[in-house]
Amino acid sequence: MVAWTDAERKAIQDIWGKLKPAAGQKLFTIARIPCLIVYPWTQRYFSSFGSLSDAAAIKSNKKVAAHGEVVLKGLGLAVKNMDNIKATYAPLSVLHSEKLHVDPDNFRLLGDCFTIVVAAHLGRAFTADIQAAWQKFVAVVIAALAKQYH
Amino acid sequence: MSLTAKDKSIVKAFWGKASSKADDIGAEAFGRMLTVYPQTKTYFASWSDLSPGSAAVKKHGRTIMGGIAEAVGHIDDLTGGLASLSELHAFKLRVDPANFKILAHNLIVVLALFFPADFTPEVHMAVDKFFQNVAWALSEKYR
Repeated sequence: MVAWTDAERKAIQDIWGKLKPAAGQKLFTIARIPCLIVYPWTQRYFSSFGSLSDAAAIKSNKKVAAHGEVVLKGLGLAVKNMDNIKATYAPLSVLHSEKLHVDPDNFRLLGDCFTIVVAAHLGRAFTADIQAAWQKFVAVVIAALAKQYH
Repeated sequence: MSLTAKDKSIVKAFWGKASSKADDIGAEAFGRMLTVYPQTKTYFASWSDLSPGSAAVKKHGRTIMGGIAEAVGHIDDLTGGLASLSELHAFKLRVDPANFKILAHNLIVVLALFFPADFTPEVHMAVDKFFQNVAWALSEKYR
């Protein structure tokens, strides 16, 4: 079980408050876009999404935007269940392993991209302590998503 | 993942904008690294004050950014240009090269934070590749 300090809980809830609802979806879409551009090999999982041929195509792709919402809902589950992320994510982990066949290293790449987007969005409010709490949260989410792989 | 001509021109152009804030960037990124990745403090065990914003952290941030500036200046031959820095890190400082990635991540967070409009995904990718190549050149002399 992960131990969260009060300061860490507050930091995560504050960031989540600033991200949702409509702003959050847009933000996650924005996070998805850098990931597909900065780490182009992540496009391998989205061959059904139509054109991802260059940055402009990715930015205007409606399926990418819609997928942002799906992933954001998943992240919201972790925010609501911070004391039980591993169990909450068990079915999601099985999905990513057995059905989607996603290499778990991709979770780290998307997590890093999202951290950078949050930093750009919050500016100086994204202090070192808040970054530490956020990255701890992302690490727990990533571990939970990778847990059911075998 | 070696640097294309396009990557190099993007890095040089972005550095043109960012270098005016080099001291701030260095201090902020180094201070964040010590906070967010506390294992990196092991390399500075002899320092009395590792708090962000301390004089020692600010000074070391400047030193790091001096190295980055040198790397930008030698972007066409990073291995040659950073040879003496590589020797320093390999034989004297003996920093585990995994930490280059950690520092690079924090530099990128700070660049995004300070320059949200300029740090587009295209710039992000070029800078990410640049730091990877700098890390590679810095670890050249290790063994």
